[in-house]
Amino acid sequence: MSVFDGLKFRRVTSPIHLLDPRIKFLYVCSIFVVAIIFWELLPLIILFLVQIPFVLLARVQKEWIRSLRGAAFLATIIFGTNIIFRFLYAGYTLTLQDIEYASAMTLRFVVLVESFSIFFLTTSPDHLGLALEQSHVPYEFCFAFTTAVRFVPVLADEAQTIMDAQKARGLELEKGNFLKRIRNYIPILIPLIISAIRRSLELAEAMESRAWGAIEKRTNLYVLQIRRADYLLTLISILIIIVCIYIRFYVPVPSFSDFWGL
Amino acid sequence: MIKVEDVYFTYPSGIEALKGISLTIKDGEFIAIMGQNGAGKTTLIKQFNGLLKPTKGEILVDDVNTKNTSVAKLAQNVGFVFQNPDNQLFCETVEEEVAFALKNFGFKETTLKKRVTWALNLLGLTEYRKTSPFMLSGGERKRVALASVLAWNPKVVVMDEPTIGQDYQQKEKLRQFIIQLNMQGKTVVVVTHDVEFVADCNPRVILMSQGKIVADDIGKRVLTDIDRLTQASIVPPQITQIFMGLTDFGLPVDVIDIYKAREILQKRLGEK
Repeated sequence: MSVFDGLKFRRVTSPIHLLDPRIKFLYVCSIFVVAIIFWELLPLIILFLVQIPFVLLARVQKEWIRSLRGAAFLATIIFGTNIIFRFLYAGYTLTLQDIEYASAMTLRFVVLVESFSIFFLTTSPDHLGLALEQSHVPYEFCFAFTTAVRFVPVLADEAQTIMDAQKARGLELEKGNFLKRIRNYIPILIPLIISAIRRSLELAEAMESRAWGAIEKRTNLYVLQIRRADYLLTLISILIIIVCIYIRFYVPVPSFSDFWGL
Repeated sequence: MIKVEDVYFTYPSGIEALKGISLTIKDGEFIAIMGQNGAGKTTLIKQFNGLLKPTKGEILVDDVNTKNTSVAKLAQNVGFVFQNPDNQLFCETVEEEVAFALKNFGFKETTLKKRVTWALNLLGLTEYRKTSPFMLSGGERKRVALASVLAWNPKVVVMDEPTIGQDYQQKEKLRQFIIQLNMQGKTVVVVTHDVEFVADCNPRVILMSQGKIVADDIGKRVLTDIDRLTQASIVPPQITQIFMGLTDFGLPVDVIDIYKAREILQKRLGEK
């Protein structure tokens, strides 16, 4: 579950936390695009390193490293499958290019995790909801979204308690073959779903008794504003995309194996 | 017998919930664990059936160390009834719910049927045998949860907040039931905030505060020890408070239940 820890918002004040979530999302998207258009190792390494100053500036190093550690398992699988298929495809031989390619694919995944983790670590669910709302998404949807995000840790806690209660009645989750193991989760899932439904009904009643939806046009206590830093980040994001697309089409990207003359 | 030897426990989040707990629970004892929220009560009882394992120190249940034993194994001796019955109910009928643990423990079909009937009868649930547990009231659901644990007849029964959300009558029935269980030789461990409930049961009371045991004695002594109770954010029973306020009239302070109080007052009033 450590991957999810790395995506959980931490309340710290930093220049990155103050940025407008919409602009941050634009930045994440531009990193995403760049990571997809390159399949060589060198640009992906640069892309990985470029984001580290952001992490340091946001002071979320610890959580960020945890999210990378969580991604390590999937990254290993990606590396492994790439190597195996290259190996089989090339007729049971492995060149340095193959290793480089597999590393690049792995690093691409890591870069994606890295940028999403920066986004979610530095954007509070409230800001995210606000950003959706100011992008003219209907308020009901924004509210449902933020509530869902906020209740994830509550549900995780509850799942733990339910697991304990069933284990105390002799349930062994790790016992049996694959199908049996899936069936073992029924006693956990049913109470969890029922309590989630019950909780949502209670929440709806509590909200209605506090006059939710009484007025058609809502006003917000906080309004997102685009500041100078946001304009700067917009500019950076657009520049990154333009430069990278230019490089992709007109500049040959060197590979490490060429360097070493192999 | 449960033996807790200098146990420390730290949650993965870094919160140290138990700081050097030592105690022995003999067979057939009736114990109430009290203390404010976050004192470590639930953390302590979850060690008894291995749901949590000590970070330091050890726990022996009938000379078996919990450290290398699975919950499923330990649970056969230590039944654990959770606070909220909704955390465990999932079957279509009450009967299946009660049979769930028995199936997990591998009871034979004939024994299983007998045990289910016995447990349902014990808690007055026979008429709900084929009802869905979700259709029952809060108090009845709690009884189903209790029946589902008592069904395999564990030596020790641990209950987390059994009185919460029950009306007075239910609570009184539960109290009598627990006392009856204890008289039949079961070890009973109850975690509760309810001083009046504890005063009426008069068990051995273990008072906890900030991960440590601050008092461990018979109920009458712990519930009248103002200093220690304050330390654990607990108020003495109402009847004790009355008697403490009337010491000027020569009334004793170590009274916790109404029967004893009535006796003393009757004697007093009869004198005049």
